[in-house]
Amino acid sequence: MLSALLIVFREVIEAGLIVGIVLAATKGVPRRDFAVGMGVGAGVLGACLVAVFAGGLASLFQGSGQELFNAAILILAVMMLTWHNVWMASHGREMARELKAAGHEVVTGRRTLAALGVVVGVAVLREGSEVVLFLYGIAAQGGVSNAGLLAGGALGLAAGAAVSALMYFGLLTIPAGRLFQVTSGLITLLAAGMAAQAVLFLQNGGYLDAWTGTIWDTSWLLREDSIPGRLLHTLVGYVQAPDGAQIVAYLATIIAIVVLMRLTGRQAPAARPQPAE
Amino acid sequence: MKRTFFFLLPLLMPAPAFADAAIPVTLQNHKFSPSEIHVKANSPTVIALTNKDATAEEFDSSALQVEKVVAGNSSGNVRIRALAPGRYPFMGEYHSATAQGVVVAK
Repeated sequence: MLSALLIVFREVIEAGLIVGIVLAATKGVPRRDFAVGMGVGAGVLGACLVAVFAGGLASLFQGSGQELFNAAILILAVMMLTWHNVWMASHGREMARELKAAGHEVVTGRRTLAALGVVVGVAVLREGSEVVLFLYGIAAQGGVSNAGLLAGGALGLAAGAAVSALMYFGLLTIPAGRLFQVTSGLITLLAAGMAAQAVLFLQNGGYLDAWTGTIWDTSWLLREDSIPGRLLHTLVGYVQAPDGAQIVAYLATIIAIVVLMRLTGRQAPAARPQPAE
Repeated sequence: MKRTFFFLLPLLMPAPAFADAAIPVTLQNHKFSPSEIHVKANSPTVIALTNKDATAEEFDSSALQVEKVVAGNSSGNVRIRALAPGRYPFMGEYHSATAQGVVVAK
């Protein structure tokens, strides 16, 4: 029962932290719950499909189908996160100004709601498929301990959801003016970590062979398979022994997002109509 | 641009070549055999994992930086990067009570 609780808890917080950040980043956006709900629903459905077809997926591309699939959906999520941040940088300020004048609710970020829905879907799919495979394995084996293991799974789900909710409400205590700065920063680190993970999957699939030497090893300080290690892995992409390509992908993603945000953020005010002289 | 590049990579590159001597490892009754795998240090290797159990297992190791699901009654290749000499534990995540092993690089 304890092992079921731990596995489900681990996977649920990993997806749940991402959902919490997305919810905080879209605070006050109409139809947000619908977009996030669709993401979670599609993610759960996708997780079941991936679990059912795990064998078939793995045998694609000379046995590297699983790695390619994981890399592809991670890269998709990185692109969506980048788009959200860049769009917010160019329109967020402008819209907040207009809306304040109009006295409306803040609706910044509505355009990229679908993108964040995709990110939620990817996160739930990745972690969810592991839960499905694990629980299916238990169910298939049968035995007396079944009920206990499933109860453990349910407890793990509840505990993981509680930690994710804590993340969300914690973020909401940040004053509205600074909240979007904080969520933009979190989303940038999330994207960088996912990019590094995508590179790892490409390496493990045999598609990327450059800079695979380990650059440093901090497993003595924080083990990646500990709970704090996993949380940091999800949030900021902590890896105990990264190789060169992972570090390059991580830094390149941060630089790309920051540069794009600066560029579009600067263009936005200039694009506004100038007052007549 | 970087991302497009990664997307195109699979199309540009030939099918990933497997190391000529993949190390066979079997998983049965949620136990790895052999559970201690010796590899040459500083040279990449491939573990050919055959899962003889009916249920899926995830070969998981943060030390080796590998997560690979192998479905029930099937097999999969686990690529191990060039390792510095040392011991690198791994486990079957879904049955970690019994599915434990270690890669020893010398």
